[in-house]
Amino acid sequence: MKKKENMKLNLNTQWDYAPAPESMDHIKIQKRYGHFINGEFREPVNGKYFDTINPANLEKLAEVAEGSKEDIDLAVQSAKKAYNNTWSRLTGKDRGKFLFRIARIIQEKARELAIIESLDGGKPIGESKNVDIPLAAAHFFYYAGWADKLKYAFPGKTPSSLGVVGQIIPWNFPLLMAAWKIAPALATGNTVVLKPAETTPLTALKLAEIIQEADLPPGVVNIVTGGGQAGAHLVQHPEISKVAFTGSTAVGKKIQQTIAGTDKKYSLELGGKAANIVFEDAALDQAVEGIVNSIFFNQGHVCCAGSRLFVQESIQDILIQKLKDRMETLIVGDPLDKNTDIGAINSKPQLEKIKKYLRIGVEEGAQLYQSSNSLPNIGYFCKPSLFLNCAQSHRVVQEEIFGPVLSIQSFRTAEEVIIKANNTPYGLSGGVWTDKGSKIFKVADQIRSGVIWANTFNKFDPASPFGGYKESGMGREGGLHGLMPYLTLN
Amino acid sequence: MTKVEKVIKDNSKELNVNHKDAIRLRIPKTYKLFIGGKFPRTESGRYFKVTNKKNGKMVANMCQASRKDFREAVLAARKSWKNWSGQNAFTRGQIIYRIGEMLDGRRSQFIEELIVQGYSSKKADAEVDLALDRIIYYAGWADKYQQIFSSVNPVSSSHFNFSVCESTGVIAAIAPEDYGLTGMVSTIIPLLAGGNTVVVLAPEKASMAGITLGEVINTSDVPSGVVNILTGNVKELVTHFATHMDVNAIFYGGNDPRIISKIQKGATSNLKRVLIYPKTEWEDAESQDPYFIMDTQEIKTIWHPVGF
Repeated sequence: MKKKENMKLNLNTQWDYAPAPESMDHIKIQKRYGHFINGEFREPVNGKYFDTINPANLEKLAEVAEGSKEDIDLAVQSAKKAYNNTWSRLTGKDRGKFLFRIARIIQEKARELAIIESLDGGKPIGESKNVDIPLAAAHFFYYAGWADKLKYAFPGKTPSSLGVVGQIIPWNFPLLMAAWKIAPALATGNTVVLKPAETTPLTALKLAEIIQEADLPPGVVNIVTGGGQAGAHLVQHPEISKVAFTGSTAVGKKIQQTIAGTDKKYSLELGGKAANIVFEDAALDQAVEGIVNSIFFNQGHVCCAGSRLFVQESIQDILIQKLKDRMETLIVGDPLDKNTDIGAINSKPQLEKIKKYLRIGVEEGAQLYQSSNSLPNIGYFCKPSLFLNCAQSHRVVQEEIFGPVLSIQSFRTAEEVIIKANNTPYGLSGGVWTDKGSKIFKVADQIRSGVIWANTFNKFDPASPFGGYKESGMGREGGLHGLMPYLTLN
Repeated sequence: MTKVEKVIKDNSKELNVNHKDAIRLRIPKTYKLFIGGKFPRTESGRYFKVTNKKNGKMVANMCQASRKDFREAVLAARKSWKNWSGQNAFTRGQIIYRIGEMLDGRRSQFIEELIVQGYSSKKADAEVDLALDRIIYYAGWADKYQQIFSSVNPVSSSHFNFSVCESTGVIAAIAPEDYGLTGMVSTIIPLLAGGNTVVVLAPEKASMAGITLGEVINTSDVPSGVVNILTGNVKELVTHFATHMDVNAIFYGGNDPRIISKIQKGATSNLKRVLIYPKTEWEDAESQDPYFIMDTQEIKTIWHPVGF
């Protein structure tokens, strides 16, 4: 038994992976995109555009419009008109039908969307294909069905829509986040102005084309591309009734500050520093797969990533060895290669941020381990990385890095690890690995986080509410609970 | 009757004593704060006067709580949170019901205090009835709201997935100013039913009844620190309530735009949940429902694989 535990994976085989690039000949990306306002693409008022690039090879993919205050205003006016004249007058049944159509068209174009998602954002094509795009379609399907059933969701209450909703989404799951935002907002009878992330606007613009195809009434969904400034104008616009934001805790606080003194509603899905706890009675090989998924999925660009690993002392050596061995097998490289496990870091600033934390961790005395696999010569890439011997006070333990960097600490007792796990201002997610059922429930109960993955990690589903405790945000997305932020209950 | 005896008798009436023998001097109560199961004076040594609304005569020196008092109260509330949130729902319901029992036993005192602070006797009587009914209403919800707001989620993968309600944590609350005992109860009890602990600022217009409610709570098996009651000035305290880094949510039952703005701005320090009820009515049937409990609940979703 002991011998087996120490057995290392033999990587010295003749069976190297041959390149398996996804074909791109079916993909249509225009040279230039305007904003999507009132059902059509239009040039930005100030005529400014910016480039969106492929972070894996730094090639320009397209130019997109730079949103200004005037563009935001046009979009909000269009959304308001659509709210008053069409969308709020439609029956729930008809709203649902529009959402079903959108879901169907996303499915039909799944391959194209997956490829563009990987091109624009750098995520492995396997993830775009199997996670992002199917979940985006499923999200529209799920909320389509709610549109005419809202009265069953909140017993004793009459729900009503809010008006125009301003939505700002991040670059880590571009189309999926657009779906998370737009689908429940429309199902509940609101109209939308969405601002995609600066570095990943393309799939949202493809979604705009899908919305046109679905014949959604003009102005029900408006998409204005741009950077933080465009987002700020949207948040400040006096005629939006609600802000829905996914992004960093710092910006979330700024949004809460900005709309203080108004009666705008808001829901915030912010940062995290999830504890992933492995007990000595866990199924270790499964746990290793779970750890890999928890921190290297989507290059670690996941707000709910299990970026703090807690390993019970008795299994620390064997588990970390297994994890190192497994990391050797991860392929870092071309996002469009079907064999790639870890794609490109989304942008240069993000890569620099990750590198900064790699330096900080070493300076603070944690021990850095990186896999030996090679990185492509161009593009933004980062090796899967571990910090061993971390202390609770280390910045790499306290702060969100948003990259493939795992900080590892050991523990002896369940009580101890729960205190450590909760010692963070964040509370988005958590993981627990053990074969003992009662321990799962006790730990899951005591971790102050909105999502707990027990013997699994980073699973998502439109029916499953997602969102944070404490400084990880407020409000839920997904499931019945995801309707609530878009309704007033009377 | 001597002149002195007459003075004593008048003073006794002042305090609404129904003693036939009015010669006996009453023992007026020193109203203090309620923090961590104890009744300390404000550390600041400050007070504000409560006078009898009918004749303007002095009735009590209420504590004007300070920022330090508030911090002490938050410490007590945080310390008791683990215990209270971990109580089973049935026990929480029983304890809330016990608050009702204790309050009913002291209804005449509450009526007296409300009358001193300006209520008609009829109104005071109705007020206590309503407060009592509301306590019993929420006692019954303590082990039921979970079934209304939890869910088992039909995910497409091979996982068992469910969402449960958990308390938000420590809540700083400003009770509605014009709804006396009912306002206090409507603020505190749903928070308790949901497993939160609370620091509440009693309405100035019912500060006496507010502190006496603390005495009731203290004899109702509510663990120390679960409810903490301050008296004082809302304008002075609101920013401290809103900015404290170990408070998870702030409750305000009122519609003063300046106070609302201070709450909304201060709450950003640690992303407090902001619960503003600009209601002008706390006595009707719409002022009680399980959504008041839901407002200080966090939804936790748990996944586990399904397989042999």
